[in-house]
Amino acid sequence: MITVKQLTKTYGAHKAVDNVSFSVQKGDIVGFLGPNGAGKSTTLRVLTCYHPATSGTATVAGYDVLTQSMEVRRRIGYLPESNPLYPEMRVREYLDFRGKLRGMSRGDRAAAISRVTEACWLGEFIQRPIGQLSKGMKQRVGLADALLHDPQVLILDEPTIGLDPNQIRKTRQLIGDLAKRHTIILSSHILPEVEAICERLIIIAGGKIRASGSIGEVRNRIVGASRLIAEIRGPVQQVQDGVRKIAGVKSVDVHAADGWNRLHIGSDEGRDVREEIAALAARSNWGLRELRLEVGSLEEFFTQITAKAAGAEAAE
Amino acid sequence: MSSETQAGIKTVGGAAAAMRSGPDTSTGGGSLTMVWALAQRELAALFYLPIAYVVGAIFLGVTGWFFMNETLVPGQEASLRALMERMAGLLVFALPLLTMRSLADDYANGTIETLMTAPVTDAAVVVGKFLGAMLFYLVLLAATLLHVVLMASHAAPVGTVVLVGYLGMILLGGLFIAVGIFASSCTRHQLLAAILAIIILAIFTFLVDAGAEYAGYAWLRNVCAYVNIFWHFADFTKGIIDSRSVIFLGSGIIFFLFLATKVMESRRWR
Repeated sequence: MITVKQLTKTYGAHKAVDNVSFSVQKGDIVGFLGPNGAGKSTTLRVLTCYHPATSGTATVAGYDVLTQSMEVRRRIGYLPESNPLYPEMRVREYLDFRGKLRGMSRGDRAAAISRVTEACWLGEFIQRPIGQLSKGMKQRVGLADALLHDPQVLILDEPTIGLDPNQIRKTRQLIGDLAKRHTIILSSHILPEVEAICERLIIIAGGKIRASGSIGEVRNRIVGASRLIAEIRGPVQQVQDGVRKIAGVKSVDVHAADGWNRLHIGSDEGRDVREEIAALAARSNWGLRELRLEVGSLEEFFTQITAKAAGAEAAE
Repeated sequence: MSSETQAGIKTVGGAAAAMRSGPDTSTGGGSLTMVWALAQRELAALFYLPIAYVVGAIFLGVTGWFFMNETLVPGQEASLRALMERMAGLLVFALPLLTMRSLADDYANGTIETLMTAPVTDAAVVVGKFLGAMLFYLVLLAATLLHVVLMASHAAPVGTVVLVGYLGMILLGGLFIAVGIFASSCTRHQLLAAILAIIILAIFTFLVDAGAEYAGYAWLRNVCAYVNIFWHFADFTKGIIDSRSVIFLGSGIIFFLFLATKVMESRRWR
């Protein structure tokens, strides 16, 4: 549905997006995750035909964003990060105006407006001037606008920024419901949000993609980089040698204290050797009082990656 | 033939560079409904803003004062010529205040992003904004018809001269608004947009007016006279429709709207 190839966007000497490639399948809900200033909005703005890339190409629903921008724009519903609206217009008036800009007929507009006001819980506010609405309500108006023409692709830039926890929960729920009908790209700098809503994840920092894949895949990569902790009572050397012989074990660190050996075990990616260790301890009649996998959280991974990117930038 | 070759290059090339330099071939995005929707919104926004009322009130007040003290006095000819020249001078300052927010405001509060990502061409946005401001100006202008009624009750103005005069006012206002929208496309600061428009208009009215009279060289006086908007406008107030003046004002409108569209397009690249 969306293909981005070697996209680069520079502002003067600053590379906001640096050689980014990814693709999004129809029906996917993809989280675009990165710290502020990572290049998320810049990339999304290329996809929505707001500004052209410096180099590289992007297509949406098979249409090039540069040479067939009208076709792309017709198929996209876009909620910009700042959610700009006209404060003097009433909600219904605004949605009607946006419908006209999309070339919808009077009947289509009326039907679409009642559909999106229901989906976004805007019913009682439909006649209110937008300027009088709370931030959360405005966000729903922005979403309603993005949904008005029932687009194939929804691009939501930081849809929950500035909302209170209750509004965040409701907005996430709404986006979750939308995932059944639309292909969605959602940007965020909050990891739990992306974990809660998205199936796939693209982590971007410093204008480059640092990791991508399904939430599970990204998690596995972290599990691969994780370690086992075991406490075993027995002769130090024998314990160490015994564990080291287990297939898949790469490294063993032992700290002995009070007759117990605390082992830090590194293993091959995706390999869990806990069962073998338990079996070894049982066989050898050693005491075993702790055996656990220390899984790095996505949060930790995210912090690591983005800190690395920040460090690399500072070094440049 | 040439278009065929171009198409060939585009498909055969396939390289990013050839694709990128190709024009946007997707159509639509400029239907009358869309332009009209933009114009309506623009007009509604003007009616919502205090600045439009202030400008309108001052314009009508000053025009009325001139009418009572200069036109509607015994011994004057029954013509709106002098009044319309006064109005034209006022509009140099009044219309930039109406158009200053037109695009600058969209740039300042970010709504330019929803506009430029909707399936609407940049030209349609500019023309919509132009028509919206134009409608507001026509309302103002309609209010000055009161002077014609008042005059007709005291004397007998020539109908066609009044009519042609108003045609001139419409073209003049159109050109001023087009300049104002161009100025508004250049900046996100409304005040800057107003100042820029007033400077451009003052150059092509007051400055060249003086230049046509006092410039040191004959050719310079001629150039000044030719580009003087007031000079072209003056024909209309006398009841003369000179095709050169119609073309001058009309092409001026198109030129500045075209410039505004180009500025909008170029700002995408920044």
